[in-house]
Amino acid sequence: MSKIKSLADLKKIRDEKVSGLQSRERGEDAENLVQVKVAMATCGIASGAKETMEFIAEALEKRGVDAVVTQVGCMGYCYAEPTIEVKLPGSESVVFGGVNIEKADEIIEKYIKGGELVDGIIPVNYETID
Amino acid sequence: MSKYSMHLLVCGGTGCKSQESDIIAEKLKNELLKQGLEETVQVIMTGCFGFCEKGPILKVMPDNTFYTQVKPEDAEEIVEEHVIKGRRVERLLYTDPETEAHVEDSKHMGFYKKQLRIALRNCGVIDPEIIDEYIARDGYSALGEVLANQTPEETIELMKASGLRGRGGAGFPAGLKWDFARKNEADQKYVVCNADEGDPGAFMDRSILEGDPHSVLEAMAIVGRCIGADMGYIYIRAEYPLAIARLKTAIGQARKYGLLGKDILGSDFNFDVDLKYGAGAFVCGEETALIHSMEGERGEPSLKPPFPAESGYMGKPTNVNNVETLANVPVIILKGAEWFSSIGTDTSKGTKVFALAGKINNVGLIEVPMGTTLREVIFEIGGGIKDGKKFKAVQTGGPSGGCLTEKHLDMPISYENLVANGSMMGSGGMIVLDEDDCMVSIAKFYLEFTVEESCGKCAPCRIGNKRLLELLERICEGKGEESDLVRLRNLGEVIKDTSLCGLGQSSPNPVLSTMDNFYDEYLAHVVDKKCPSGVCTDLLEYFIVEENCIGCTACARACPVGCISGERKEPHLINPDTCIKCGACMEKCKFDAVILK
Ligand SMILES: Cc1cc2nc3c(=O)[nH]c(=O)nc-3n(C[C@H](O)[C@H](O)[C@H](O)COP(=O)(O)O)c2cc1C
Ligand code: SF4
Ligand code: SF4
Ligand code: SF4
Ligand code: FES
Ligand code: FES
Repeated sequence: MSKIKSLADLKKIRDEKVSGLQSRERGEDAENLVQVKVAMATCGIASGAKETMEFIAEALEKRGVDAVVTQVGCMGYCYAEPTIEVKLPGSESVVFGGVNIEKADEIIEKYIKGGELVDGIIPVNYETID
Repeated sequence: MSKYSMHLLVCGGTGCKSQESDIIAEKLKNELLKQGLEETVQVIMTGCFGFCEKGPILKVMPDNTFYTQVKPEDAEEIVEEHVIKGRRVERLLYTDPETEAHVEDSKHMGFYKKQLRIALRNCGVIDPEIIDEYIARDGYSALGEVLANQTPEETIELMKASGLRGRGGAGFPAGLKWDFARKNEADQKYVVCNADEGDPGAFMDRSILEGDPHSVLEAMAIVGRCIGADMGYIYIRAEYPLAIARLKTAIGQARKYGLLGKDILGSDFNFDVDLKYGAGAFVCGEETALIHSMEGERGEPSLKPPFPAESGYMGKPTNVNNVETLANVPVIILKGAEWFSSIGTDTSKGTKVFALAGKINNVGLIEVPMGTTLREVIFEIGGGIKDGKKFKAVQTGGPSGGCLTEKHLDMPISYENLVANGSMMGSGGMIVLDEDDCMVSIAKFYLEFTVEESCGKCAPCRIGNKRLLELLERICEGKGEESDLVRLRNLGEVIKDTSLCGLGQSSPNPVLSTMDNFYDEYLAHVVDKKCPSGVCTDLLEYFIVEENCIGCTACARACPVGCISGERKEPHLINPDTCIKCGACMEKCKFDAVILK
């Protein structure tokens, strides 16, 4: 991590990140990966999001699914923690609520591997500015 | 990969389910089975879409069609037309009330999403511990823009024009505040971020700091540039360990990138940020108390003026802003004042984050444009009242706010409207109450909180609130008199008028507003000695339900004052006049015949 010395430098980092250049340099191809985001704010963690995230990361690796699992902040659905967002290559992302280890296992087996939706979907009910 | 080429998402939220959405799902499955499509099209029930008013909702993926007010008998047509022939069923599409045009897919359906995330734009989207993810979402570009292309005066004018007002409670225009701090000449100035968040039930600021810490750091640097400060502090309660950890990580990364420190982005601007910890006293959220606490003094408020912008931390001009206020700043700079001021009402611009709690189906964190009505928040985004109970009131503004009722449901949310109706914006707690909640007890709950949290510096708040609470306790115990209600109101007004700081000045609000809106309930407590919602246990009576009583006499034998009468094998009766409410009968009865009501 070296210092960013100008607005132009900052924009370069942004563009590299946005175009996926950074991840390609690390040998990842975001477009063809399964992307899982786990809401890891205080209330998510209190409901077991950490365990869910560890399980998902480990299970995907063991089961040979090319995926990136990341932590993110609050998605707003306290009533349905732990919450995760799954994006399969080429399709829209889907948010699932109440994802304990059992549910995570079902999501991996059915949705991530087979494209079959499972109970627990939370329709995203907000618009986010870019 | 997927064996399914299409998914039909049927809303299984409380609102839609009560309108037979599960039957719709069944019918769809049957139709698909009839057509031999059960292997290619999947029907699945989901949670609430936040559009309950137009429910039941059905969304088709991948083409994103959004059907509203679907009925079970529409299933056949949906399968035949949409699934098989690929033609949308026009009449079930949402009709835009203004253009009267059908809206085809949810890509063009910002409208149905009542929520707009500006302050929370990165929460749930980026990894808060990776600065590059923030930068990829235009993070630190606003700071870069301000440093490279704007004078501080221009930035301040932009903020003024945007109409952004403080989200920490009072709603003071942010640009104006910065202007004051800028104009006060001094050798040293400070930027302070108020992350004390003391309202019970509020966690808006925590979520922002946990999900998007860099947005607050970037905004603080922008404020520093505008007012001429090179140091910023975040005053955060020690009970927020995760937010603290993420902030520390963020500060470390920003320093490594040179986005905090000396000569930021090649300019001559220096700015750094550090944390100061609070012990979690509510009054320390008040800006003068907060500053004293930062200085290591007692966390007591002091009279304003002088305002922090004149004499704040270490006696130097200090600009205090709330976390959520700050989180809005970088976007406003990038998208412009006009964009921001196009959202919201005439006097309240942008959005507000609320923590929805209480007797509501979708408890959680929401962000809505100002001007959204309480009805939309509670009955659509919030999915309505739990267990199909009746809505009674919503408490906004926490212990400083008041309750709003049925008649306020269509009021657009704005700073002015809330105050005009006896409540306030506060920091954004929203607690929904239903028919089972006793309003006198609610007022008592908030007053217990303020009495506990009063710093004791001034008499009206220290002594007055204690007396107010004692009056409420008496009323809840059935020892109140009608004259107590007059006393409550008078004392409340005096405390509001004479307290030193905002805590005391607003602490009687929950009492006064529940009295304004639910005077009957107060009267029932003092005149009839009854608690209509059955919450105040002292006002409840033991009662034997005739249908359940088999006349075993167990209760009568247990009663220490012999006030239960009845023949063996006949229903028994309690004489309420002599009952001392010891509860022995209830404990003894094996048939759930003794109840409290
Ligand atoms: C009793 C009391 C408690 C307060 N608590 C907070 C708080 O927790 N967080 C906050 O941002 N402002 C709080 N405030 C408001 C602050 O005094 C101040 O107005 C605010 O931080 C200014 O920032 P803003 O203009 O961005 O809203 C409180 C005020 C009072 C009177
Ligand atoms: S109003 Fe209450 S909290 Fe504020 S200074 Fe007086 S005693 Fe302290
Ligand atoms: S509560 Fe006690 S005093 Fe009253 S009826 Fe029951 S046993 Fe008797
Ligand atoms: S103990 Fe219960 S069932 Fe027996 S007499 Fe009393 S109320 Fe009736
Ligand atoms: S942390 Fe649970 S909804 Fe935000
Ligand atoms: S319950 Fe279906 S939209 Fe809310």
